Amino acid sequence: MIIQESMLVQSQREIAHNIFEMKLQGKLVQEIQAPGQFIHIRVSEAFDMLLRRPISIASIDQESDEITIIYRAEGDGTRSLSKRNEGDRVDVLGPLGNGFPIAETKAGEVAYLIGGGIGVPPLYELSKQLTAKGVTCVHILGFQSENVVFYEEEFKALGETYIVTVDGTIGTEGFVTTVMENLSEQFATYYSCGPQPMLKAVQEMYANKKGYLSFEERMGCGVGACFACVCKTTERAEANYIKVCSDGPVFPAGVIAI
Amino acid sequence: MNRLSVELPGLQLKNPIMPASGCFGFGQEYGKMYDLSLLGAIMIKATTLEPRLGNPTPRVAETPSGMLNAIGLQNPGLTGVMENELPWLEQFDVPIIANVAGTETADYVEVAKVISTAPNVHALELNISCPNVKEGGITFGTDPLIAEELTAAVKAVSKVPVYVKLSPNVTDVKEIALAVERGGADGITMINTLLGMRLDEKTGKPIIANVTGGLSGPAVKPVALKMIYEVSQIVNVPIIGMGGIMNAQDVIDFLSAGASAVAVGTANFVNPFVCPTIIEELPAKLDELGVEHISELVGRSYRS
Repeated sequence: MIIQESMLVQSQREIAHNIFEMKLQGKLVQEIQAPGQFIHIRVSEAFDMLLRRPISIASIDQESDEITIIYRAEGDGTRSLSKRNEGDRVDVLGPLGNGFPIAETKAGEVAYLIGGGIGVPPLYELSKQLTAKGVTCVHILGFQSENVVFYEEEFKALGETYIVTVDGTIGTEGFVTTVMENLSEQFATYYSCGPQPMLKAVQEMYANKKGYLSFEERMGCGVGACFACVCKTTERAEANYIKVCSDGPVFPAGVIAI
Repeated sequence: MNRLSVELPGLQLKNPIMPASGCFGFGQEYGKMYDLSLLGAIMIKATTLEPRLGNPTPRVAETPSGMLNAIGLQNPGLTGVMENELPWLEQFDVPIIANVAGTETADYVEVAKVISTAPNVHALELNISCPNVKEGGITFGTDPLIAEELTAAVKAVSKVPVYVKLSPNVTDVKEIALAVERGGADGITMINTLLGMRLDEKTGKPIIANVTGGLSGPAVKPVALKMIYEVSQIVNVPIIGMGGIMNAQDVIDFLSAGASAVAVGTANFVNPFVCPTIIEELPAKLDELGVEHISELVGRSYRS
């Protein structure tokens, strides 16, 4: 069930350049069904920054009613959110959308988790849950530069992890596909979240594989009522729209026309 | 006594609060979050004769105290709304105001004729003011003669009262209001969104794929108040006011300006529970103002 809650900020820290990790505690954590779902945060009590900001959930701890979000402070709204401190309260709507289907990969199988930039966070909880059920996770994580790389150690603790940077300041120079070209295709499922050109490249390279992609689009309501965040599907020639917020954000590969 | 009840053509409202068309879908999403029977009415999303896919994305952009949208009337079409949306809403004790849109008069007439027969549709809202569609929409709402003729054509076939939604994107809104009244409108809803645009800071290009969008939210409230103030003094039909209503005080302002009831739009995106919250807060507001019934506030800005 979707609920609106004033969640307690338990911690806030900058983990890379303009990349913030915030821990929030509240009852809505019990409602989260799958990694890849997101929350909608009101960044200002006033009406100056009106719309809520959709932010993915990086880690879920249902025992302590706590979630971790990782976001980039790049606009006025997220910069304002980055000023919140421990003990503050944040107006959160969630959990929203449909997440990654972990049941699609069986224990003993291999899954590739491919993330780009601020699309990396939801893959962390996904990897935790897949690993816990006995799936071997391989992480391929792309960033612009060394100063915006985060959670490298956390992912490494869960499985094989490749870091790629566009400028080559750390890890492999290039894009996630640069690494993928040299990796075995002996895996069962891939899961990916990141910018659309990356999702397109991943989908094309693994055209014969079972995969799930998480999309992003500018949103209004976050619950499916406003029809702002639609995507075109490949289903019909005349282009059929479905909603990223409530039908997604995760779709099986091949459903969305990229 | 129900201090919040409002009686309008076709509509016995428990309270004057209704979600505005285009901001509430067909109710199903918010219906999962609270009991829609709490609402005065629901203005459902625009229905066109054929299904519409709407505009390319991005379709929304935030602006200071407002938002731009160019959804483009995406909807499942008349048959889809009649078969899948309206029957679902019958489980709630709430009148529906069906927003009717089209690209030509015949479309409006056909949609109005059919949708006004639905048992829970108690009124129509004629959309002659959508700024985001190339054909129809606002083109009907900026010419007094065309607005009058379209209103008359729809009135002739509708089984329920017809409200006409006015655009603020005109030189003189009073002229259009008088025209739709001559055409037989039972009521007026105003205002639709104001045309605007926002540019991307890095590229300098418009953010909305449609280039322009309709501005809504608190930023437009002063414009809406001014137009309702002007129109309510010269027409003899009631006005349902809208434009940046975020809380109970905004409702009081709109009634004071001359509206008899209000619609809440963009605020639903900020707080999905905003409509029931406002309904809950209104009695205390009436107490503060020393008013027994909410109708006493209507038009107090100009009443002697």
